[in-house]
Amino acid sequence: MKLKVILIILLTALFIFSLSTGHAVASFSQSMTALYLGDGPLGTVMREIRLPRAMLAILVGASLGVSGAAMQGYLRNPLAEPGLIGVSGSAALGAVIALHTGFATYVWMGLPIASFSFATIAVLVLLLLAGPRGSSLTLILAGIAVSALAGAFTSLALNLSPNPYATSEIVFWLMGSLADRSFEHFWLALPFCLIGCLMIGSTGKALDALTLGEDVASSLSISLTNTKLLLVFGVASSVGAATAVCGAIGFVGLVVPHLLRPLVKGKPSTLLFVSGLGGAVMVLAADIAVRVILPDRDLKLGVLMAIIGAPLFLHLIYKTRSALQ
Amino acid sequence: MRVYVHRFSFVAIYLVLYFFGASISATAPSPKVVSLNVCTDQFLMLLADDSQIISLSEISTDILSSAMAAEASKYRQNNSGAEEIYLLQPDIVFAGIYTAKATVNMLESLNIRVEKFEPASTVDQIILNMQRTGELLGHTDRAKLLITNFESRLAELTSGIKNKPRAALYYANGYTTGKNTLAGQILDLAGFSNIASEVDIHWGGTLPLELLIMSKPDVVITGTTYPGSSRSEEILKHPALKPLQLVSSTDANWVCGTPHILKAIEDLQTIHPDKMSIK
Repeated sequence: MKLKVILIILLTALFIFSLSTGHAVASFSQSMTALYLGDGPLGTVMREIRLPRAMLAILVGASLGVSGAAMQGYLRNPLAEPGLIGVSGSAALGAVIALHTGFATYVWMGLPIASFSFATIAVLVLLLLAGPRGSSLTLILAGIAVSALAGAFTSLALNLSPNPYATSEIVFWLMGSLADRSFEHFWLALPFCLIGCLMIGSTGKALDALTLGEDVASSLSISLTNTKLLLVFGVASSVGAATAVCGAIGFVGLVVPHLLRPLVKGKPSTLLFVSGLGGAVMVLAADIAVRVILPDRDLKLGVLMAIIGAPLFLHLIYKTRSALQ
Repeated sequence: MRVYVHRFSFVAIYLVLYFFGASISATAPSPKVVSLNVCTDQFLMLLADDSQIISLSEISTDILSSAMAAEASKYRQNNSGAEEIYLLQPDIVFAGIYTAKATVNMLESLNIRVEKFEPASTVDQIILNMQRTGELLGHTDRAKLLITNFESRLAELTSGIKNKPRAALYYANGYTTGKNTLAGQILDLAGFSNIASEVDIHWGGTLPLELLIMSKPDVVITGTTYPGSSRSEEILKHPALKPLQLVSSTDANWVCGTPHILKAIEDLQTIHPDKMSIK
């Protein structure tokens, strides 16, 4: 309970900080007044540029945090993270294909639908290859293959685009950024992220039971098939939609559950919720950092995440290497 | 004194021989030419005889970057490869100074004369480039006429401007161009002041969306979007731009420093308060 309160306070503080960070020169009180009342340019800046960016950071961060915690809980493997095992990469591929074939323009909700579909395929392939117990070795190997394939096809699709800018956007799709995203993107992602998180949230009890082993879980009348389906579609939906608008942001689902797990005594159902909060905090903080560190360069979120996340990933591999051998 | 005269006439004869001889050895009276650059393509089409043009660059027919795409389609196109150009056996190759160095060096080492043109971003440079092309092609009179027409039309267009509305050039990825670029010059000649100067961007640079909104330009001038979608161009449809007047105007006429910038200036002036009444 205390942890949740702390995270919510932190999130609120970062949200306000994010709203007051940007190129336009204005005092804190001016910006906040303009957010509610401003008709002039500062009002436009606050409401159409900074507000959607901050809200999107929370939405995307929460989706990635929850998804990471859920996959790790289900596979009982701390390395299972949507970005690392290629779910985000596949979602990005779906988004790129939808954008460049016109599917995103001509079909209502075409963009999130496409990335959701591709993410679903990736999750199913991974679960199929990794098996119900999700052995580290098979999971990571399958993840590398799926990531590499999705990344290659994303680059190929962008290289083939008639648009000369497309090629330079490979970085955005593989690394993710929230720069200049608008409310259009927020509304596009919101329903999919919400439904996805709710589906994942409903598996909390099952994940708790699974910590005691599959046999115990079955004897507690928990349907493993239902849990699996809810997770597959929940993760695909939330990660898919988040990636469709912000590109593939890695490591959030790895770092956040890892840091918070000891604080909730390893209970998966509680971890799901706090990981959502933690993910939102992390992405929001990272998005503030990219604007403060290199304001003119549109530093990609994935770069910052990898700097924080990759060492932790190596540490986790080191710890689980006995299982890998 | 006599010695001096004698020496002078000797020098004069020498000079005459030197220049005459040089021009004979360097070029035939009406040299056959190949162009590797979309801007030199246009100079050739404006000044050369049809029979002088062996081939033009590949993008000369691209309507998004060539102001003379239709005219260019009657000539042969080349892929700017050294081998291909060499086999065409041109007397002179016209290239931009940024044309692939390897190709240009290869052609020069094969004893093909390559004339490199700097991309013109001012009126003076445009005139100089026209002069030079005319001289190289053996059509100095034609070049003179073209320059006179260009100057008089330009004077017409730039006269009678009292107000200078504040405008922003805004392209994909939030890129803007300042007063030292051709686009900046066109904007200035059309009678607008460039907000890039207010934020100290004199060449090209990224103008953050927030700063664009805060600087309240009277008009935002954007380019034609390319087919296929891109995140880079999405910024031009950002809801925050809705309160501003957005004009999609920069097209092929803005690409090269040639007399076609007159058309760009004319197009732009359709939204200029001092020029609108004339239309």
